[in-house]
Amino acid sequence: MSSFNFLWPLAGGLLIGLSAALYLLLNGRVAGISGLTASAVGLSGGRPGLLGLGFLGGILAGAAAAFAFIREPNLTITASPLLLVAGGLLVGFGTRLGSGCTSGHGVCGLARLSPRSIVSTLTFMAVAAVTVTVMRHLAGGA
Amino acid sequence: MVPRLLASILSGLLFGAGLVISDMVNPARVLAFLDVTGAWDPSLAFVMGGALIPSSIAYAIKRNRTRPVFDTTFHVPTSRVIDRPLVGGAILFGLGWGLVGLCPGPAIASLATGRWEAVLFTAAMLAGMAAYRMATSRGSARAQAS
Repeated sequence: MSSFNFLWPLAGGLLIGLSAALYLLLNGRVAGISGLTASAVGLSGGRPGLLGLGFLGGILAGAAAAFAFIREPNLTITASPLLLVAGGLLVGFGTRLGSGCTSGHGVCGLARLSPRSIVSTLTFMAVAAVTVTVMRHLAGGA
Repeated sequence: MVPRLLASILSGLLFGAGLVISDMVNPARVLAFLDVTGAWDPSLAFVMGGALIPSSIAYAIKRNRTRPVFDTTFHVPTSRVIDRPLVGGAILFGLGWGLVGLCPGPAIASLATGRWEAVLFTAAMLAGMAAYRMATSRGSARAQAS
């Protein structure tokens, strides 16, 4: 893995924040990807949402363009197929039950100082950190 | 509808590019942040800090507005209740996030690589969302029947 340079994460973070800002001021909505994904595939009650589909299509195209022109795709995914399935199920179910993920509760909820989002973000960050610590240092590697 | 759809696509483009530029699309980078007792990588803190700058400004601007540009009203949640679904959902999400290093945004963005791991994780994530949908629709059907 490449060494830490704060400019890349800061620049990427500013773009993500700009995305959330535009989505709020133009469309009046929270840029929460778990909710948009559920809406896009018709799993949030009602028909598949065009706005969710547009947002998800934009993420795919934006990521593809950035991979092509700015930063080589160099993903390190160490989880086994079983862990990928278990993790995916937990993330899908948990974000719907908890009404949001890193974007909706983290980027948008913290920005508007929502007490629900502050509790959610502290909880999933702490649980994820404990999970990684147990997997890597106590259970003998992920 | 067309302006709203274009605004969604534009927001998505910025979001996807931001995830790649920040390397949050890379599970190893996220896990290195969550691994607080190991070789800690602070990247995610800079991403979150950077994202909160425009996002906070936008939510401050919203306070003086009655409606967004392309819609008649804001659709921002107003609940302030800390309940069991909120905390339980965050616990399950945190567990899944820690196991793999992918949350919903990076999962979608990672599909652009065509990696089978990204496809498998995202398919399982959609199945988890479908399971929640089935559980709640069954629950509400029972509540209506009783």
